[in-house]
Amino acid sequence: MILQLFEGEKIRFAAFDADKDAEALSKWTHDPEYMRLLSPDPARPLAPFHIKKRFEEMEKEAGRDFYYFVIRAREDDRALGFTHLRWIEWNHGNAHFDMGIGSASDRGKGYGSEALQMLFRYAFEELNLYRLTGHTMEYNTGAQKFLLKHGFQLEVRRREALQREGRYWDGLTYGILADEWANANR
Amino acid sequence: MDNQLFNGTLVRLAIENPETDAASLARWERDTEFERVLSHKPVFPSGQKKWRERLEEAPDERQFWFSVFALAEDKLIGFVGIFMVRQQHGDCMVGIGMGEPEFRGKGYGTDALRLALRFAFRELNMHRVALMVLATNARAIRSYEKCGFVREGVTRGADYRDRIRRDVISMGILRSEWERANSR
Repeated sequence: MILQLFEGEKIRFAAFDADKDAEALSKWTHDPEYMRLLSPDPARPLAPFHIKKRFEEMEKEAGRDFYYFVIRAREDDRALGFTHLRWIEWNHGNAHFDMGIGSASDRGKGYGSEALQMLFRYAFEELNLYRLTGHTMEYNTGAQKFLLKHGFQLEVRRREALQREGRYWDGLTYGILADEWANANR
Repeated sequence: MDNQLFNGTLVRLAIENPETDAASLARWERDTEFERVLSHKPVFPSGQKKWRERLEEAPDERQFWFSVFALAEDKLIGFVGIFMVRQQHGDCMVGIGMGEPEFRGKGYGTDALRLALRFAFRELNMHRVALMVLATNARAIRSYEKCGFVREGVTRGADYRDRIRRDVISMGILRSEWERANSR
């Protein structure tokens, strides 16, 4: 049995640290391209003050149906991004996840892939979930490739579910079952 | 301009009395066969007082729930609602339940759903309406298809009850599709 759930090769999962992380997370919210790749919610810049406040709110939820990790680089401990599990339906064993690598210069280096494999282990071998659901948008081709590469299947195409830059785009929902992940990693 | 938003051929939509509505909702949620089809949450008899508190909350712009009354009998038979409204994208979901068993399978629910769609497209100006339904719920799927919903995908094994894994089907209807089929 592998015992280390929070230590990867290049990254680690850590708790949000207001003193270290609020600055970086605030900076990422000022990058509209990143924000639009991440979510259909309106892009909105947040000050470090708002980030801290939001985390105080989130901490009340944490551990019940919400698990949040800051992704850190092992080499210098800087915050690379985040990942979380939310809307956990314990009775059905389903959860939804989000992930972002904040700075463009940190993308394409395998940090996200390693983080996703760590998140799989956490979701399937610690929380004992049956399946994991991921969402992205038609215009985010990078995320689509990323999800397929890691064993997700496209399950739902929510036609014209969002509007950006004057046109409609499909919302895409992907799913992976714990068994599929386990078989691929045997 | 057709302003008949809340009256259909078999049913009308209303919000009349939180106390009597709560009594019906509290009775229906004890019908676990009905309740399990409606929601992923574990069924729980939360009681009339809880329902009344929920019904007395100030209306918010992200959800619009209505009581469904059978016109001829003037009887509260179920509910229908538009929720998870994303105004900036024109996306929302619809949910419906016919709590009174003798009013199921007779077109009342379909009539209520048509009113909810009309409300979503003509009053809220939504671009699409979506719903999720258990793959085993054939009667509901037929009603949704009758209203113009098309299948958009399947969430595999997302429902687990009585130690049986069931798929959940996602359906959606675009405003343009609804306009073609239902304009009047």
